[in-house]
Amino acid sequence: MPEKTPEPRLRMRGIRKVFGPTIALGQVDLEVWPGEVHALVGENGAGKSTLMKVLSGAHSPDAGEMRLDGEIYRPRHPLDARNKGVGMIYQELSIVPHLTVEENIVLGMEPMRGPMVDRKTMRARAEEALSHFHHPDLHPRALAGTLSVSAQQLVEIGRSLAMGCRLLVFDEPTSSLAQKDIEQLFGLIDRLRERGISIIYISHFLEEVKRLATRLTILRDGSAVATRDVATTEANEIVSLMVGRSVEELYPKRQRHSGERILTIQDLGGRHKPQQASLELHRGEVIGIAGLVGSGRSEFLRTLFGLDPMISGTVTMNGRAASQSSPAQRWQEGMGLLSENRKEEGLALNLTIAENVTLSSLPRLGRAGVVSLKRMNEHARRWIETLGIKCQGPTQVIGALSGGNQQKAALARLLEHDVDVLLLDEPTRGIDIAAKARLYEAINEIVSDARRPRAVIVISSYLPELFGICDRIAVMSRGCLTRAVPVAEITPEDVMRVATGKVESSRF
Amino acid sequence: MNPRSVLTLLGPFLALMIVYSIFGLLDARFFSPVVTMNILTQTVIVGTAAIGMTLIIISGGIDLSVGSMVALSGVFCAWLVRQGLDPLAVFAATIAFSALCGACNGGLSVGLKLLPFIVTLGTMQMFRGLAKVTTQGTPINLPPQITAWKPWMQGAGVPHGVWLMLLLVVFFSWMLRYTRFGRHIVAVGSNEQTAILCGLPVSRIKILVYTIGGAMAGLSAMMNMAKSSQGDPTTAMGMELDVIAAVVIGGASLSGGVGSVLGALVGALLMTTIRSGCSMMQIPSAWTEVITGAIIVVAVIIDRIRHKKA
Repeated sequence: MPEKTPEPRLRMRGIRKVFGPTIALGQVDLEVWPGEVHALVGENGAGKSTLMKVLSGAHSPDAGEMRLDGEIYRPRHPLDARNKGVGMIYQELSIVPHLTVEENIVLGMEPMRGPMVDRKTMRARAEEALSHFHHPDLHPRALAGTLSVSAQQLVEIGRSLAMGCRLLVFDEPTSSLAQKDIEQLFGLIDRLRERGISIIYISHFLEEVKRLATRLTILRDGSAVATRDVATTEANEIVSLMVGRSVEELYPKRQRHSGERILTIQDLGGRHKPQQASLELHRGEVIGIAGLVGSGRSEFLRTLFGLDPMISGTVTMNGRAASQSSPAQRWQEGMGLLSENRKEEGLALNLTIAENVTLSSLPRLGRAGVVSLKRMNEHARRWIETLGIKCQGPTQVIGALSGGNQQKAALARLLEHDVDVLLLDEPTRGIDIAAKARLYEAINEIVSDARRPRAVIVISSYLPELFGICDRIAVMSRGCLTRAVPVAEITPEDVMRVATGKVESSRF
Repeated sequence: MNPRSVLTLLGPFLALMIVYSIFGLLDARFFSPVVTMNILTQTVIVGTAAIGMTLIIISGGIDLSVGSMVALSGVFCAWLVRQGLDPLAVFAATIAFSALCGACNGGLSVGLKLLPFIVTLGTMQMFRGLAKVTTQGTPINLPPQITAWKPWMQGAGVPHGVWLMLLLVVFFSWMLRYTRFGRHIVAVGSNEQTAILCGLPVSRIKILVYTIGGAMAGLSAMMNMAKSSQGDPTTAMGMELDVIAAVVIGGASLSGGVGSVLGALVGALLMTTIRSGCSMMQIPSAWTEVITGAIIVVAVIIDRIRHKKA
């Protein structure tokens, strides 16, 4: 059991890091005790990753001091940090797919026997590290690339445990995991804590912080603004501290009038998923699609948008039948899709903001196939102002923006195209809480526009978000979509029960 | 060895056996020891260079300059022989020279963070040009009274060059599989970011791999010289493509992390077998190119299918 020793496991004092003219870390203090799970929260760009890079030896601080169990700690590089007892579990998994599990675990510190790797010792070390996990797939000699994402994460954790790390840093570890794997990870973190290992846990999800951490530190603009006990701190207060102003309501208050019917979907079926989906959407309305990953949510939107073949059912848009279709036709009919996969499908990261925003509506910006660059930039500038996209201007390359601002630019493309129906697949994934709030505002403005209210279908894995921004919610479960129910009539628990297929709820 | 890597090797090996058998059935002379020995001997030049190329490709790189390195090192070596140096000194100096050429490739791409494809595209021209400039475009003939080179690629029995190639294949297969350096090459090619995070000396590993690749090209150059008794600046034109093809047929992936030295040897043997078979059957040489090309495409398709299943 953890005991409060007089010395904390980690003490960071006055850590400062400057990159050219930008002060990434002003003066950060952080203390983590043995056996403590300490959460680190803050907006993107608040300095979390810089701080952790200093801790893991990837950057050296310009000022300040770090002590590990009372001793001066000054790592020269990531391996040195791991040797001294500080292990990092990265958001983008860092395993070597073509090496075996055991080779991955000892990578960089292979036991040697003459000129050769000592396989016996390597195996023993790997088995010792893997014994914490009780995971069936984790055979030491399996190729790491053939494992599931969650098993790969365990390999990464095992790498740190094999080194006898006393402090583990988890950076957004749940972002690529399924629900049941998240539960397992939480169980593992609990067990590590009981063994006296200290953990720094970075997350955008306040629920995870509440579930795991005893204390949390909030970073804003490169300094630690507060450290609190998790149990006695309200979520609203945390958010306010993160954003630096009071956030009364994360979700905008709405006065909406659902207008004429704009889209009718009847018994839509794709090749595998969805099997059956019916929905009616009105102007001025936001409908949420809840459901587990893999339930067919994204396939539903893709089929509707003509990206996946539509096998059965009918779609009526603005009173006109629009059943068989392609994305190009859907754009013309006034429908736009924002893919869940922003980096790979949603945006051309090497192109400028203006090029991205006007990508689908270029023909309108010129004559005889020649595009007017001036008009293109003018149009983009209008959306930059309307949506508050933080950037240097319309000609900046979009890949240089933060995730939240990229997402706003992606949304701007739908608006620039002047669509009536917006299909948004996980629009707030991976963006920080302040950017989320601004995106919610933007969605609210789109649907409450008095002259021309639009309609939105939004997919999200995050139920509070759906309940916060939607008028009605439908649940996708095993390829079948329930009817859409007004949010006032249901609870998140109802949704979860239907999504996990546990009960047929009479409410849906 | 896990079942997957056995499977990887089995494919090219089966292809080799089938091609060999087909030619043998068409013409029984093909099975004779002389022809078989010829095939082995003719494989030595591409095969030796392919060993180095395998390491480079596994580490995620590529070396287009290998053909030019063979020409330049060959010219250098022939010149040294003409100076009357002791054979052992010539051998050592040539290996050192070609390793230096390889180190240049590695150093340029690592130090300046340039794509190896571009760097070696450049050095390919440079090395070839240097070979021509220094010789004024004419081959340097070995003095007929010096015979130390003969048994390496010519004469009765198994030439030394074949043994050397086989020995190197065994050594580098072992090295890749069982030494730390070997596993680190795989790690760098498979996921460089992780290799950096785990503290591997990534730059050093890469430069070393290109240096080894250069040394192998140097050996290949000497075998080439031993075969033709001259250092020819225009030799081994386009050889880099044969070498890369051998490595790819042998199961390597151009995106790094995967490959086998033994597989590359089998790939090289397969190409020589097709060439000698076709020439024996008096099939026009243009057809050998078509067949070799088709086999490369098939190898890549098989690789794609295998990856999908995995």
